[in-house]
Amino acid sequence: MLKQVEGSRAVAEVVAKCRPNVISAYPITPQTHIVEDLASIVGRGDLDAEYVNVESEFSAASVVLGASAAGARAYSATTSQGLLLMSEVIYCIAGMRLPIVFTIANRAISAPLSIWNDQQDSMALRDAGWIQLHAEDNQEAADLHIQAFKIAEETHLPVMVCMDGFILTHAFEPVDVPDQKEVDNFLPPFKPTNIVDPRWPRGIGLFADPRFYMETRYTLHRAMEKSEETIKKVSEGFAKAFGRDSGGFIKTYKLKDADVVVISMGSIVGTIKDLIDQLEEEGKKVGLLQICSYRPFPRREIYNSLKDKMNIVVVEKSISLGRGGILASDVRWSFPRAEKKDRNISSFIAGLGGRNITKNDLRYMVEKVEKEPVELEFLGLKKELISEKDL
Amino acid sequence: MAAAELLSIAAFKDGKFSQAFPSFGAERVGAPVMAFVRIDDKKIRTREDVQNPDYLIVQDYNLIGSVPVLDGLKPDGLILVNTELKPEELQLKTTAKVETIPATEIALEIIGRPIPNAIMIGAFCTITGLISLDAVQEAIMGKFPGRVGENNVAALERAHEIMQKR
Repeated sequence: MLKQVEGSRAVAEVVAKCRPNVISAYPITPQTHIVEDLASIVGRGDLDAEYVNVESEFSAASVVLGASAAGARAYSATTSQGLLLMSEVIYCIAGMRLPIVFTIANRAISAPLSIWNDQQDSMALRDAGWIQLHAEDNQEAADLHIQAFKIAEETHLPVMVCMDGFILTHAFEPVDVPDQKEVDNFLPPFKPTNIVDPRWPRGIGLFADPRFYMETRYTLHRAMEKSEETIKKVSEGFAKAFGRDSGGFIKTYKLKDADVVVISMGSIVGTIKDLIDQLEEEGKKVGLLQICSYRPFPRREIYNSLKDKMNIVVVEKSISLGRGGILASDVRWSFPRAEKKDRNISSFIAGLGGRNITKNDLRYMVEKVEKEPVELEFLGLKKELISEKDL
Repeated sequence: MAAAELLSIAAFKDGKFSQAFPSFGAERVGAPVMAFVRIDDKKIRTREDVQNPDYLIVQDYNLIGSVPVLDGLKPDGLILVNTELKPEELQLKTTAKVETIPATEIALEIIGRPIPNAIMIGAFCTITGLISLDAVQEAIMGKFPGRVGENNVAALERAHEIMQKR
């Protein structure tokens, strides 16, 4: 049913309709409303699930790890410091090939403390062996959770659904929350194949000496690469079943004749689309390539879509300190080095710690790369706050 | 935020697209907070903060003077303030239209608690005609079923009557 609803509420309702058997989470801003709403749904008896209250995110991740290993469909949600505290378990979940789904309400990283949005948290865990899907708006955030359970269970890989904290989690906008029957038709009950059970004692993820460890990493890497097919298939199946496009690998907007192409992911793409329309009215051709699946990374789609594009700019809400734009690095790696040496791929960092990103900021960015390539620039940086002696 | 939420739900019920979001602060009861609403006939995609509002609703008169509330308000916009004072008595330095309503006083009388949301929304919708009162009523009853909702609807109607007489 289409309704005007808070993003967190929409996600909680949809997750409940995916019928997880076990939910464990530790409340942290801006994820709180999601897990509060889920607790209410379980408390009211509308979802038959075990909701496990814990004393930290480390325990929450450990509880869903154990639950999934025992054959449960398991779910958690977190953000920022919570995700970092989980990081040890996050790697274990992937290594054990457990099909767990997490919501990441993307938020900045301490210190200094910031509760506001950027994407440094999920970026920090990008190499852990989890699929990472990024939502553009709350409809997509809701839809991606339904897809995520299916993808996870078909690939035996855990999935993070990333949605921008506050900007999406706390925004009221129209979301079509599917009814239980629609979700049940799309997402069959979880049939675990490889579980731990006290009747047949065994362990998983225990120990691999140098004769075996490397093969586990190779296998996980190949499984991540191969999950591309499943992500696409599930997204196409979703479009057929629910009548709307959500998720997938990449999406494009007005790309065909574009002279400049902007690449980004998450909620900022909405603002970019508005700018592209404005610029079109002014006679400028700018297009968008939106990353939906950040891991596995859509390297071939990017190359195939942008083979003929010579002016590309990546704008992202995270940074590898001492290296630069992370998404920009991934995009630069998507093009063969020897080919078309005059292709420019510029890199902008924006919106860290919740700094507002306006259409004017993005217009400045586009106009700047029209003139010259930009190796790295922080959009909207306040130079007056920076002291030379700290550099 | 409750007022922004109700406005956005009412706009949705009127068949419009809308987006409501808080100012993303560390919210505490009693601390100054901002919340924003966008209303449009087409899907709203932008995620920018609202920096140049057409309309500004000030729920607490004491914020005027302590917070630069008028910053960014469009010169031909509207500011609606919760106060017993008349618009001209506020002496606001703005070309925007100024309207006032004693919302806290009305809330204490009708709802029994100093919560001005329904009155401010009622006054806002009556002045601007942007959202129907029926849709607001429905939104209020959806969020607060029972007596709390009924009292708020009564407060909404009082605000409507007061603004219509002006």
